[in-house]
Amino acid sequence: MSRHHNVRHYPGAGLVTAVFFLWLYAPIAVVIWFSFNENRLVSVWTGFSTKWYTAALSNDALLDALRVSLIVALTATVVATLVALSAAMVLSRNPDMRFRRLSETVVNLPLLLPEIVVAVASLILFSQIGFSNGMARLIVAHSAFCTPFAFLPIRARLQGMSRDYEEAAKDLYAAPFTAFRRVTLPLILPGVFAGAMLAFVISMDDFITSNMLNTGGTTTLPVYIFGLIKRGTTPELNAISTLLILASLVLALLALGLSARWMRRG
Amino acid sequence: MRGFRVWGLVPAWSLMLGTLMVPLIIVAMVSVADRGTYGGFDWAFNLLSYREILFSEDWDGNLAFDPKYLGIIGRTLLLATATTAICMILSLPVAYVIATRSPRMKALLIYLVTLPFWVSMIVRVYAWLIILGNDGIVGRFWHWIGGEGTLLFTPGAMLVGMVYSYIPLMVLPVFAAIEKLDPALLEAGADLYASRWTTARRVILPLTWPGLAAGAVLVFVPALGTVLEPMLLGGGKQMMMGTLIQTQFGGGRNWPFGAAVALVLLAMVVIVLVLNARRAMHRETRA
Repeated sequence: MSRHHNVRHYPGAGLVTAVFFLWLYAPIAVVIWFSFNENRLVSVWTGFSTKWYTAALSNDALLDALRVSLIVALTATVVATLVALSAAMVLSRNPDMRFRRLSETVVNLPLLLPEIVVAVASLILFSQIGFSNGMARLIVAHSAFCTPFAFLPIRARLQGMSRDYEEAAKDLYAAPFTAFRRVTLPLILPGVFAGAMLAFVISMDDFITSNMLNTGGTTTLPVYIFGLIKRGTTPELNAISTLLILASLVLALLALGLSARWMRRG
Repeated sequence: MRGFRVWGLVPAWSLMLGTLMVPLIIVAMVSVADRGTYGGFDWAFNLLSYREILFSEDWDGNLAFDPKYLGIIGRTLLLATATTAICMILSLPVAYVIATRSPRMKALLIYLVTLPFWVSMIVRVYAWLIILGNDGIVGRFWHWIGGEGTLLFTPGAMLVGMVYSYIPLMVLPVFAAIEKLDPALLEAGADLYASRWTTARRVILPLTWPGLAAGAVLVFVPALGTVLEPMLLGGGKQMMMGTLIQTQFGGGRNWPFGAAVALVLLAMVVIVLVLNARRAMHRETRA
């Protein structure tokens, strides 16, 4: 059959798709490209240099922001993953329990509500009850909106896996927690890792909530970057952005790769 | 495991109750409170903050209709709708092309659609700030073809940034819908002498509609509350509801008014979600 008669072929669609992918990656490429520009001006290329990376990595304010971001993201990831794992276990093993759909909606609530509204709500609550520890405020808020991102891959894995192994463990008189620790957990571990990594990336990248709850001493990396952007574009900003892009991409690739791998294994 | 059935859900429920549900009730209470003298608020019950969205009060206490904030709400709805529409139109050919590739290629392309979504939002918006700026690639091209002024700080710049930020959320559900299409239906269309475009309009589009609708909700909801695009690409001059809320919570600003606008935004989102749930239920009962 000639291409002309192929009913599934739409002329122009291929071109649109090619342009689409170019458009999707060009902005990221531009940021990375100009991070190696020797010139002070972002968009005027005068030569190759890595001096902006040296400048970025010796910038104390930046390293402080990175430290805050890492502490918040690591803690929030652990909390969110544990909360999500526990909820996913209950919800996938009791399909006919009461309030199952409601509970599932509640776990995914941060995905349904606009982040700015939730950020305002957290700010008002925290200031009302006198919860003033900046770092702890960030950790609590981040744990909440990271939970659905940890929940979804774990839940998908639990639903996809055969329950024969768990039944076998039960038949062999394993206590419920032993069965979970020795049988279920090892089987769903890739899902747990994938969920944790997505939660970590989401926390590291967050701007709206972190900015709303910012109290001077707890400036996260995206909030610091926002401050820099407000002062004008510089190649150092591109160098910082490039490092953040690489970190996000590596983690996302790992997480998506992990979930794709046992999607295939089924 | 009977006991675990309840206890396993306690952490999730407490976290969401404590950081979302209870705080939202407090936001509702603050929206009817009095504005505090030095920022913050004093408990009260009045609808002054909601009145302020529509009317302004002069020094003599006369109320006059003031479309200032309605304009911001209108701009928000307009930009979110335009973002959703552009994402829908763009995702159809893209998702179709991806869905008709080999399994390996399909997996790779879907990967490539998803990846930029994990790159920090602020970095992605910053990239457009460089590109659209007067020295940027697109900015220079604009001047080269005789365009005047700067592309930045316009609704168009915000629209580009928003479509860029949210398009993966549209491509994925549309792809899922197209992938489920039975190729035999397309062949049948051709056998009945339908042109490609008639088949697209009468067969592909109706069957892809659930995917488009799902994607529309996924894009429209975050687009309504978007903050970074208006702040950076709109330069603060082109306010949207997200930035209007944000500016009310700095020191000495108007918390009750910010809470009222936040609730209006929340109500708009809830309306969209309820309509979507009803549509999904309607489809289930029909099927």
